[in-house]
Amino acid sequence: MIFSRAINRDLSRLEGKGGFRLDRLMIILCYVALITVTILPVFMIFYYAFWDGTKIDIATFKLVIFQKSNIRCMWNTLVIGVCSTALATVVGVFFAWLLGRSDIPMKGLMKFLFSIPFMIPPFLAAMSWDMMFSGRGGYVNKALMSLFNLTKSPFNINSVAGIIVIEVVYYFPFVYMQVVSALERMDPTLEESARIAGASQSYVIRKITLPLTVPAISSGMLLVLITSLSNYGIPAMLGYSQNIFTLPTMITALMDRAGGSFEGVRQSAALSIVLVFIVSIALLVQRRLMTRGRYDIIKGKSMRPMLIKLRGAKYPLLAFSLVFLSLIVVAPIVMIILVSFVKAYGLPFLAENLTLANYRRIFVGNIMVRDSVKNSLFLAFSAASICLLLGTMLAYVIYKIKPKGGIALEMMAVLPYSLPGTVMAIGCILAWSGAFFGITLYNTIWIILVAYIARYLSYVLKSSSAALQQVHVSLEEAARSCGASHTQTLKDVTLPLIKPAMISGFFLVFLPCMRELTTSILLYGPKSRTLGVAIYQLRINGQIAPAAALSVVTITLIIICNNIVKAITRDKKRG
Amino acid sequence: MHPARIVLRGCRVEKVELKNICISYGEHAVLKDFSLKIEPGQIMGIVGPSGCGKTTIARAICGFIKPQQGTVKIDGKTMFSHEDRVDIPPEQRHIGVVFQDYAVWPHLSVYDNIAYPLKKRRLSKEEISPQVQNALEQVNMVGYEKYMPSQLSGGQQQRVAIARALTSSSDFLIMDEPITNLDAKLREQMLVEIRMLQQRLGTTIIYITHDQEAALQLCDKIVILELDGSIAQIGSDEEIIRNPANRFVFQFIGVSNFIPVVVEDGKVFFDLEKKILFKSLIHEKMPGPKAMLGIRPMDIVFDDDSPVRATVAQSVFLGNMYNYFVRLPGMEIRVQQMVISENAKSYSEEQEVGLAFLEERYFEREDA
Repeated sequence: MIFSRAINRDLSRLEGKGGFRLDRLMIILCYVALITVTILPVFMIFYYAFWDGTKIDIATFKLVIFQKSNIRCMWNTLVIGVCSTALATVVGVFFAWLLGRSDIPMKGLMKFLFSIPFMIPPFLAAMSWDMMFSGRGGYVNKALMSLFNLTKSPFNINSVAGIIVIEVVYYFPFVYMQVVSALERMDPTLEESARIAGASQSYVIRKITLPLTVPAISSGMLLVLITSLSNYGIPAMLGYSQNIFTLPTMITALMDRAGGSFEGVRQSAALSIVLVFIVSIALLVQRRLMTRGRYDIIKGKSMRPMLIKLRGAKYPLLAFSLVFLSLIVVAPIVMIILVSFVKAYGLPFLAENLTLANYRRIFVGNIMVRDSVKNSLFLAFSAASICLLLGTMLAYVIYKIKPKGGIALEMMAVLPYSLPGTVMAIGCILAWSGAFFGITLYNTIWIILVAYIARYLSYVLKSSSAALQQVHVSLEEAARSCGASHTQTLKDVTLPLIKPAMISGFFLVFLPCMRELTTSILLYGPKSRTLGVAIYQLRINGQIAPAAALSVVTITLIIICNNIVKAITRDKKRG
Repeated sequence: MHPARIVLRGCRVEKVELKNICISYGEHAVLKDFSLKIEPGQIMGIVGPSGCGKTTIARAICGFIKPQQGTVKIDGKTMFSHEDRVDIPPEQRHIGVVFQDYAVWPHLSVYDNIAYPLKKRRLSKEEISPQVQNALEQVNMVGYEKYMPSQLSGGQQQRVAIARALTSSSDFLIMDEPITNLDAKLREQMLVEIRMLQQRLGTTIIYITHDQEAALQLCDKIVILELDGSIAQIGSDEEIIRNPANRFVFQFIGVSNFIPVVVEDGKVFFDLEKKILFKSLIHEKMPGPKAMLGIRPMDIVFDDDSPVRATVAQSVFLGNMYNYFVRLPGMEIRVQQMVISENAKSYSEEQEVGLAFLEERYFEREDA
């Protein structure tokens, strides 16, 4: 079994040529793609904000940020952000403790309920809440009015307070998720030893458990804060009718009003910079907290924590939690489904008022809706596929080839993730309306595709790079020593091994694209409406029942895709 | 004309020849001007403390890293030469590699893992099958073709890795810590199997390990590396045990005691807090008037007539031997006594004893 050594005839492969071909090509491709997709839009925002066509100009910027209506909306943004973060933290930590550390029954059901808000796009949730609690004719408001003979509706959700409450309801699971996983990974002996040393239950919670979960709580908090600051859907759905604006909705409104005029574009660019500035402060704080003081006692492996007996409080707490959760999670879904079957919004839910006409109307008669389903499917599929290719290539370049500028590549890829979607959309409009090489994508579906890719590329980068780091170098070197070339090794070993992560990365992009509103609302053209835009416009035009029907369709699509992801990731664990 | 083409008839060709290899990671130089020749048909152990560059040598031979200087030849053919700007890619060097973490591909069956090198050589299915069977026989894994790696134990996975290395190249293997991840019993067994396999096939094996005992047991020749990557000694197991080249080698290959000694008036004294007369004659191998005496715990015996007096500090019974820590002024040394030896008797702690030194060695002393 002695094999002849087939030696490459061209022995002198020159040193400089060593790593060329595939590796070098991939590095160059990554740079080109990232600069096009992320750097150009960001650059254009600054360019427009500070350049009036001939010289650097700060006057417009100053004018915009000191304008009274704009100061008002900055204030709204901050108030909503800070208040909803604080409240979401309280609620999230409470439920995390209840489910992670107490002996409350029915934990499985509650955990399932917590996962539902993640599947419903925020603007749909807001729409549904609006149907219930709108100051003018919300179903719950009307019911309460007739029940207690009130002359005025008891709740008005179209207010700053209303927006805060809905954001809390929608975002507290972020905090819950972070904290509950920290609680589950905490070494129970830390608490047990405090108990043995004579500390009381409440003392242990205050002095041991809470301080140990501070990193998780603060990272959950900042996640909520950043998401809330850049959220478009909820304030747009709830605040528009009452002229309550936040920075993202104001930027969008300015852009709409400007109708393409240079000054209008400059104004929204300037406001975008303000928003980016506020969000970056939050991000910087987050970075600081992440690097500082991580507690090592929270271990990676899961342990059985010591459960606290609730005794007499058990069933009252259970009842409270179930009512609370079903109110905030189940009620909006039920509401939206009910409205989708009603003949006209506002009619009571009686048998004679129910109909399937709304579904027929959106699917048969409405070209806009049919287009939007097609567009969203096309956009989600293409964006997910391109992100998959680009993100995996990027992960490979950053973590396996490790070129000199690897950190720059990573930062460029993650940059849009920290930019509010509204800002990214403005950047895309500025960059792709003929500013570079005369390429005009505005009003076409392609500009939305570019924006989606920029926004969600980092999702695939994260999942693929985590998987790639699991692929030990020796697995690839083994293939090389078995006679496989670099390219063959990639094809035979590396890619098959990270395939499960790539598939889930695909859906990680596909799902948010399907329900996207923030960027699409700025970028859509007459023929490139997305599902989100279609629902939003139906709603704005007063066609509330058809909007609900389309929402139900969207939610169903999302739930189906979500279950596909779950099935795939479960397979991965088994294999 | 390329050097690889000039192979003179009758001249013995080294299996592997490394010449003046220099490798550094950033500022940190791992190998400096490293040269080594490996003869065909034997197991060459490369042994050294962790971080000394053993694995770097293997990776340079395989072509996974590019040295900054030097030449790598396999079978007389240049695989890498900085001067001539030659760098054959790993897939064309035809070396079977066995990694410490097995590196069996988890997504391929045992058969596909082992057949992979043959598929890359574009052999037909009919040619591949018997070779895979043969490789499986060599590692006692016939019948496991359809298993996935996750269904196998660590030892079985390592056998698959060896079988795969054999189909890749049956005449030259590099094994990098192949048994470190296995339990003690299995390690012993794998060593025997690797030895038998090598004898059957006449394979040249480079065996890299930090475990000097395994190396002594398995290898025909051993290179011991110092921590800075330089060669401390090359030799057979016997040569290395009998004639350790320096203090590092002596210390590395077994438990050892070191006692500073000094020569005064033609007599040798222990140079401790108090000078103790050790021998009245100078040993011919002493490097100078000041030296370091090295001795294995087994080579010290209790002898009541000896002038070297000490106190037993601690005594531990290990089943087949006694392990003592014995106190000399300012120093504790280790003494081991086999239970079966005739004068073995149990000494209790704080008992005064006399010590006789059977086979001591002398090394350079740093403060000499």
